[in-house]
Amino acid sequence: MNSSILSLRTALAVFLLAAALVSTASAKDIALLNVSYDPTRELYVDFNAAFAKYWKAKTGDTVTIKQSHGGSGSQARSINDGLQADVATLALGVDIEALYNIGKLIPQDWQKRLANNSAPYTSTIVFLVRKGNPKRIKDWDDLVKPGVGVVTPNPKTSGGARWNYLAAWGYALKKYGTEDKAKEFVGKLYKNVPVLDSGARGATTSFVQREIGDVELAWENEAFLALKEFGADKFEIVVPSLSILAEPTVAVVDKVVKKKGTEVVAKAYLDYLYSDEGQDIAGRNFYRPTNPAIAAKYAKVFPKLELLSIDADFGGWTKAQKTHFADGGIFDQIYVK
Amino acid sequence: MAGNVSTLVYVAKHRQRRSLKDPLWVRVLLIGAALLFVGLFLLVPMASVFAEGLKKGWGAYFAAFRDPDALAAIRLTLLTAGIAVPLNLVFGLAASWAIAKFEFRGKALLISLIELPFAVSPVVSGLVYVLLFGAQGWWGPYLPSGEHPWLGSWLNGQDIQVIFAVPGIVLATIFVTFPFVARELIPIMQVRGNDEEYAALTLGANGWQTFFRVTLPNVKWGLFYGVILCNARAMGEFGAVSVVSGHIRGLTNTMPLHVEILYNEYNIQAAFAVASLLTLLALVTLVLKNLVEWRHRRVLEAATASTTRQFIS
Repeated sequence: MNSSILSLRTALAVFLLAAALVSTASAKDIALLNVSYDPTRELYVDFNAAFAKYWKAKTGDTVTIKQSHGGSGSQARSINDGLQADVATLALGVDIEALYNIGKLIPQDWQKRLANNSAPYTSTIVFLVRKGNPKRIKDWDDLVKPGVGVVTPNPKTSGGARWNYLAAWGYALKKYGTEDKAKEFVGKLYKNVPVLDSGARGATTSFVQREIGDVELAWENEAFLALKEFGADKFEIVVPSLSILAEPTVAVVDKVVKKKGTEVVAKAYLDYLYSDEGQDIAGRNFYRPTNPAIAAKYAKVFPKLELLSIDADFGGWTKAQKTHFADGGIFDQIYVK
Repeated sequence: MAGNVSTLVYVAKHRQRRSLKDPLWVRVLLIGAALLFVGLFLLVPMASVFAEGLKKGWGAYFAAFRDPDALAAIRLTLLTAGIAVPLNLVFGLAASWAIAKFEFRGKALLISLIELPFAVSPVVSGLVYVLLFGAQGWWGPYLPSGEHPWLGSWLNGQDIQVIFAVPGIVLATIFVTFPFVARELIPIMQVRGNDEEYAALTLGANGWQTFFRVTLPNVKWGLFYGVILCNARAMGEFGAVSVVSGHIRGLTNTMPLHVEILYNEYNIQAAFAVASLLTLLALVTLVLKNLVEWRHRRVLEAATASTTRQFIS
């Protein structure tokens, strides 16, 4: 008699426990993977926390966002090879374009799905030099002088490196007039590069920690971060007379989110980059916000300079990629010499 | 008579020793150079790993291991080694047994194949799996993913991810650590010959009994040695794993990859703290290795001698 009551109680307890487990499971746990390029590590640590909080308040679901970082080109390759990225937040449009061209993971019109050509924040390329600027580097012309060590990553694998290259090209073309002169100028510049790292962060560690070279061509955000991490008493930022408007682009990877059933949250994640809070987080992490109101708040941080545009000055990424960085393109010609 | 013999032996030993002795300054110079070399290239870097890791004190040192991503990396490393090492143990035993105890055609080819991972660069070892299982690769497009009505019910809706997930990391690790156990056992088994096994068989033991009571006990120290080396490599592998990992924090980063990430995030103290754990693993491996060598010097010496003979002939 006693024992049967006991077992009845046990059964009830098990039932209640199971019920409790089921009820907690009704608020969903969602996992997203954001595959990004090198210097955005700190940005997305901040942004992911903010988005998870926002999403929890809005829907009650817990979303955890995993991050993967590397050279922009190699990250795009990994997604095409099967890395299950819900969203790709890469350094430039052409790397996301590869997700359409090679893997057919996104539709052709992906870039029109979000505002500003799918670039929620922008950046530019500046020079990072050692304190006191011992080599007196002021503008692009100083980079081709003999004896100046220039640190920049490999344009074949790094998005930042391609912006660096194009900024130098654009400067030379404007100043010296012809493509041949520009080619000669950029060729001279790359003769001064002692090592081509595969990603922007690798280049920064080469310059900052291994103390290679006299100047690093760096993402503006990467240069600010180096000042923040290592102190303004060690490095200085030099703003050249002309640079390029770098537009890191983002996209939902349609094939992956459809399979994982994460379409809604992945889309909301990217939309949130354009929200006031998302823009503010970008500004705090030294990316230039695209929302004018938030950008005004950070106007003092970012220097004003003349910026070339990839579409107006280079005829878009597809063309620039083909002319300069494809196998046998101009970069291959000058780097072999 | 006996006294004469022992005197002779003594004189011979003495002479030999004297003739082998170099002037003091030569010995000091050579030993000093060797110590300096070992110190500069091994001890200083190793000490610096611990010094950097402890730069901000013990609190910061242990905080580096409390980070969820670090814990996940340690767990993944243990899991990977936990799968790769036993599999290579079984494979190594089977392969060395077949090679040492039997004669068959293609044996030389089999030995070369087993040693192949030693010769291949780890980056290539990783890329091989990307080429096979990548979405653009040979088999990748045929891996079950999403709904497939023609698949069995348990596979239906399953998503089998090989590269950029744990299976790929385990596969790459197995490939890289493939030769360790077999390479260690083959010479030992060859030196032992088949006599004891024949004796066991004539005394009525069956195949399994012979294997577990004669063959295995004879090679147990060599096996242990091979497993230690295999484990050290499995936990420390960087190149091949880096290629197939996808670098997802807290999911597909092993300890060596986590060290690289921390270093690239300017978190140098934490990077060296985690690196010191890997260094400790190396030290434990060395101690165990020496212990095994000390316990079982003779068999190992015989084995090395036979390997040398193999190389010479």
